Amino acid sequence: MTDVGHDRPGPVAGRGGVKEAAAAITVEDLRVELRRTGHDIVADIGFRIGPGEVLGLVGESGSGKTTAGLALLGHTRRGVRIASGSVRIGDTDVLRLPPAALRRLRGGLISYVPQDPSASLNPAVRIGTQLLETLEAHGFGSGSDERRARVTELMAEVALPTEARYLRRYPHELSGGQQQRVGLAMAFANRPRLIVLDEPTTGLDVSTQAHVLTTVRDLAATHGTAALYVTHDLAVVAAIADRLAVMYAGRIVEEGGTTAIFDQPAHPYTRRLIAAIPHLGGRRELQGIPGRAPSPGSRPPGCFFAPRCSMHVPACDDGQPALREVVPDRRARCIRAEEVLTLPPPTAGRSTTADEPSTADAVLRLRSVCCAYGPVQVLHDIDLDLAPGECLALVGESGSGKTTLARSIAGLHKDRTGEILFDGHPLEGPARARAQDDRRRVQYIFQSPYSSLNPRRTVGQAVSRPLEIFGTARGREAEQKATAMLDLVSLGKNYLDRYPDELSGGERQRVAIARALVCEPAVLICDEVTSALDVSVQAAIVDLLARLQRDLGLSMLFVTHNLPLVRSIAGRVAVMSLGRIVELGTVDRVLRDPRDAYTQRLLADTPSLETASA
Amino acid sequence: MSADVIDVVAVAPDTPLEARRPLAGQVRGALRLWRTRIGLALVTMLVLVALFGSVVAPHSPTAFVGAPNVAPSATARLGTDALGQDVLSRFLHGGTRILGLGVASTALGLVLGVAVGLIAAYSRNFLDDVLMRVMDVILAFPQIMLALVAIATVGPTAWVVILAVGLTTMPRVARVMRGAAQPIVERDFVAASEALGESRFRIVFAEILPNVTSPLTVEASLRLTYSIALIASLAFLGFTTSANAPDWGLMIQENRIALTVQPWGVVVPAAAIALLTVGTGLIGDGFARAAAGIDRPRGEG
Repeated sequence: MTDVGHDRPGPVAGRGGVKEAAAAITVEDLRVELRRTGHDIVADIGFRIGPGEVLGLVGESGSGKTTAGLALLGHTRRGVRIASGSVRIGDTDVLRLPPAALRRLRGGLISYVPQDPSASLNPAVRIGTQLLETLEAHGFGSGSDERRARVTELMAEVALPTEARYLRRYPHELSGGQQQRVGLAMAFANRPRLIVLDEPTTGLDVSTQAHVLTTVRDLAATHGTAALYVTHDLAVVAAIADRLAVMYAGRIVEEGGTTAIFDQPAHPYTRRLIAAIPHLGGRRELQGIPGRAPSPGSRPPGCFFAPRCSMHVPACDDGQPALREVVPDRRARCIRAEEVLTLPPPTAGRSTTADEPSTADAVLRLRSVCCAYGPVQVLHDIDLDLAPGECLALVGESGSGKTTLARSIAGLHKDRTGEILFDGHPLEGPARARAQDDRRRVQYIFQSPYSSLNPRRTVGQAVSRPLEIFGTARGREAEQKATAMLDLVSLGKNYLDRYPDELSGGERQRVAIARALVCEPAVLICDEVTSALDVSVQAAIVDLLARLQRDLGLSMLFVTHNLPLVRSIAGRVAVMSLGRIVELGTVDRVLRDPRDAYTQRLLADTPSLETASA
Repeated sequence: MSADVIDVVAVAPDTPLEARRPLAGQVRGALRLWRTRIGLALVTMLVLVALFGSVVAPHSPTAFVGAPNVAPSATARLGTDALGQDVLSRFLHGGTRILGLGVASTALGLVLGVAVGLIAAYSRNFLDDVLMRVMDVILAFPQIMLALVAIATVGPTAWVVILAVGLTTMPRVARVMRGAAQPIVERDFVAASEALGESRFRIVFAEILPNVTSPLTVEASLRLTYSIALIASLAFLGFTTSANAPDWGLMIQENRIALTVQPWGVVVPAAAIALLTVGTGLIGDGFARAAAGIDRPRGEG
């Protein structure tokens, strides 16, 4: 089914007139704007999706991908309206329908799968009842027996148990992956023509994600449903989508077959985006994209990507380039698209090497560390050594205990037994009980930069406060040191007086890194520091951390669930599952030749670009 | 990494003031609302009466200017009260006490309530339970009853009124503050401060407190409204610092028998108390709406 969209000539939006029976849905010239200012959020959106085809709509946060996805259902957020365009399903134009007809359409002809399944299911209603209600609301079948049969059929289709006992469960009695399957079953219940999926696997583990992705693909193919898969994750899109539309600043900048785009992108933004993705296959430095996507109302007159583009020429500033067919079945919004196509594939990057470090003089030694939350033990007898100047990655799915381990090293988890030796002496459980110097030399960077900075403190206050606590510097001297540290993480002096709310996620994480480094630590613990960030920002942050780790000779424990990311930063990797370390070795060895069954499964389930272009 | 490869260089052009100075943003947002402006006008007017009323009063508040319960005349513009004293002069003198006691007792209640609420929220252990159960016990009794017991036992001096009203205000503030602080203490910046070895006192009052200023301002004006009403009630029941002191609450009680003959002695102080509580209430409502972001034009938030 990968060939569904590839062999057909590329549809060109805006031409109209020619009716193709094959196209399940056609979107033309869609424009969504802010009510108050009239600035467009997305504009000039046009594509078509064939029956059974999956179109991946990819973009970073703020690109307008969700706005565009919701507009297909005739829905907008508050303060936003659909200004023009058409979304045609057969002869019906969704955007011209009166509200009552639109309501009937949703969940029937068109359906939607939201990002967070736990928020979209009614917590007080049994899942079987919710599925029946969806069918009843749209008058599915002739009687309740037929509807019940359909529910059973649906449960089987999404690979959930079909027995009555399971249908009597409440949403909270299901895991996140199961909830999302129920969400999928609901969306497919009335055999829709079009289904919009808004990052439905974002909160899920890789293995669960792999199952959900397969389910979506199979369901779309068997029912001949056109699917729009909205996501920021290129690797996921590579695994599921037949065709790809890349969005930037509210415009589609490139559209074409998935494999073809990954092999040879025609737009510089797509190219940079692919270069920012970590690969399982080859060790390389990640490349971020400089600058920030312009927001509605402050977009440049020429090509929106021009200010950040490395291929920028003066002609780029002369008006917005049109989305045009560059080669058959490939449209791109770039005046130099032909040149971009001839560049070497973006996957080639510089490579770095790593040797097996000696752990004889380890700076951090963990000996039979156990942790518990009340009666539940989450870590079992962890032994781990961290060599000076080494970067060790700690990989595992959610619930594997990797964050608990990281937090107990930082003194943020109190219920611990076993020994953590730092520079030869044992560390106390809670940070408050530790020696001041130990607190200073073991630093921790949190997962979410939105939560780890006090919104009422300026960047300057946040970065200079550790200096005051540890008595390193005060007043002007502290400010100077803070400025120097901000400089090191590529933030200028003008950031000193800003508040976290004024910063992007990437900037905030840089501030958090500066706050940790200003203490001059020996050990730096990074807990999923990029999981809340866009890929291009993630690449820049990982690149920064790798450089700092090398230049400052830091020992680093890099906690992540993202296996491909490990290659770009770590020398050794420890794989955790159910509170135990199941495999430990150099990154090259573990990723090439995994010995533990769990690691093998993790590797197999990780979506990657290699499988897409294979 | 070259210096230009950084995810952000541009400055967000139109950062709202709310992000930079949350309190200033809330004040500005509240002042955009008519309810806040009206409330502010009422309160300002009555505060001016309380502060400068004694200067412009035509008579001494305790001087006898005529026969009891006489209708308004040239000497007594609002007539005389049950003892033949000038109603206008007593009204102009009578606001100081109610306003002073109201502000002082509310301030006391706020300081204690904030401390108890934030410490309880941050401790997350048995201390939380102990503190909040003590608050529940105080809450179980009507505020006016506890105040009456205290005043009846010790006597109606100013500091007893302040203590009694302040201490009964405390648990109400504490509950709101604990609720507001609970999501804040779970955030990572609190853990980050702990990992750095920041003192508990500083974490509670320098890291957490600045994050709960919005509900605090709302609560402050709400509690002020209640305190004023409570102190007026106490005065109405006869618990004033001295027997014949000019006081709006006491005036209502003294003159209520003659309501049909000489209504001014009751109507004027009653209206003043009503307008003062309505005014502080409107201000509090304005702040609450500004904090919650309702009443904003569509599409702004």
